[in-house]
Amino acid sequence: MKHSEIRPRKDKSSLVWGLGFGIVFGFLLHKGGATKYDVIIGQLLLTDFTVVKIMLSAVFTGMIGIYTLKTLGLVELYPKYGSFGKNIIGGLIFGVGFAVLGYCPGTIAGAIGNGYLDALIGGLAGILIGTGLFAALYPRLSRAILNKGDFGDLTLPQLFKVNDWIVVIPVAVLIFLLLYWLERAGL
Amino acid sequence: MEFLTQVRWSPYAVGIGIGILSWFSFLISRKPIACSTTFAKTSGMIEKLFRGKKVDLKPYYQKVKLVVDWQWMLVVGIVIGSLISALLSGDFHWQWVPSIWANAFGGDPLLRVIVALFGGICLGFGARWADGCTSGHGISGTLQLAVSSWISAGCFFIGGILTAHIIFKLIG
Repeated sequence: MKHSEIRPRKDKSSLVWGLGFGIVFGFLLHKGGATKYDVIIGQLLLTDFTVVKIMLSAVFTGMIGIYTLKTLGLVELYPKYGSFGKNIIGGLIFGVGFAVLGYCPGTIAGAIGNGYLDALIGGLAGILIGTGLFAALYPRLSRAILNKGDFGDLTLPQLFKVNDWIVVIPVAVLIFLLLYWLERAGL
Repeated sequence: MEFLTQVRWSPYAVGIGIGILSWFSFLISRKPIACSTTFAKTSGMIEKLFRGKKVDLKPYYQKVKLVVDWQWMLVVGIVIGSLISALLSGDFHWQWVPSIWANAFGGDPLLRVIVALFGGICLGFGARWADGCTSGHGISGTLQLAVSSWISAGCFFIGGILTAHIIFKLIG
């Protein structure tokens, strides 16, 4: 208790904001059905497009808002450093786990709140073992694979060397058309 | 306030809500919404309970410090938020085996838990390898138009779609 008392105030309010953002995020994930194995597996089997609809409309809304705030000088971006060795191989391993487990790290927290015991007992333990295993192998993987094909913290507008909005607007239009097409196709 | 007790909302309402939430997390907390680092921290914290302070010295935990931070609380919040929504809409129930799994492989909880454990190991390992998950890369990274996130999100779905088809079309 004493330790937390001497923490700077800023740190504590950051934790409270984190909790608050999480509660809203979890509430929305449940309302979207994304805390359910059947919905996620339905997406990966291409029979239920709920997850893609949620993700693409979040990206559409988030992208336009964040780039507007960036243009106004109110926020900065935090793109992650990437490499082909990291993002392609890691992404494919993640994809296998995504389908075998039927939840991802965010939605499994929501699944636990929804009462799903395969998430709490099996999946959560597995994720903790998997991340621990990665931490143990990190020095070796880092030397051998993770930096292969390093491209840094590039964003698409930087990659194409154009103004942000030259990419934001076409991506927004493409997402809109894709969602429109999904609805028209009855998916 | 009837919308609060509905079990499901339109996926577009939910997605737009998550998008707007991301504006505020950038504005207020100066951080994108992400989840998977929290599991790596928790794993290290549990290991530290058994093996003591030397766990902090592992190179990976020099990079990802073993402390409760903003994102750790966010993941706790997800559990609470989902629980609130589930309780309000009468959708909370204890369940071992989801129905698509049960239709293909039967209702044995032990089999489902063992498979979920194995899936979780791949998911946790892959999330740390790719440096992000469906939230950090799939939503927050792609909306920032990060190259690393578009590649990762594509690979999440390529790997996931292929594996799901192998499980349910070839095996099940």
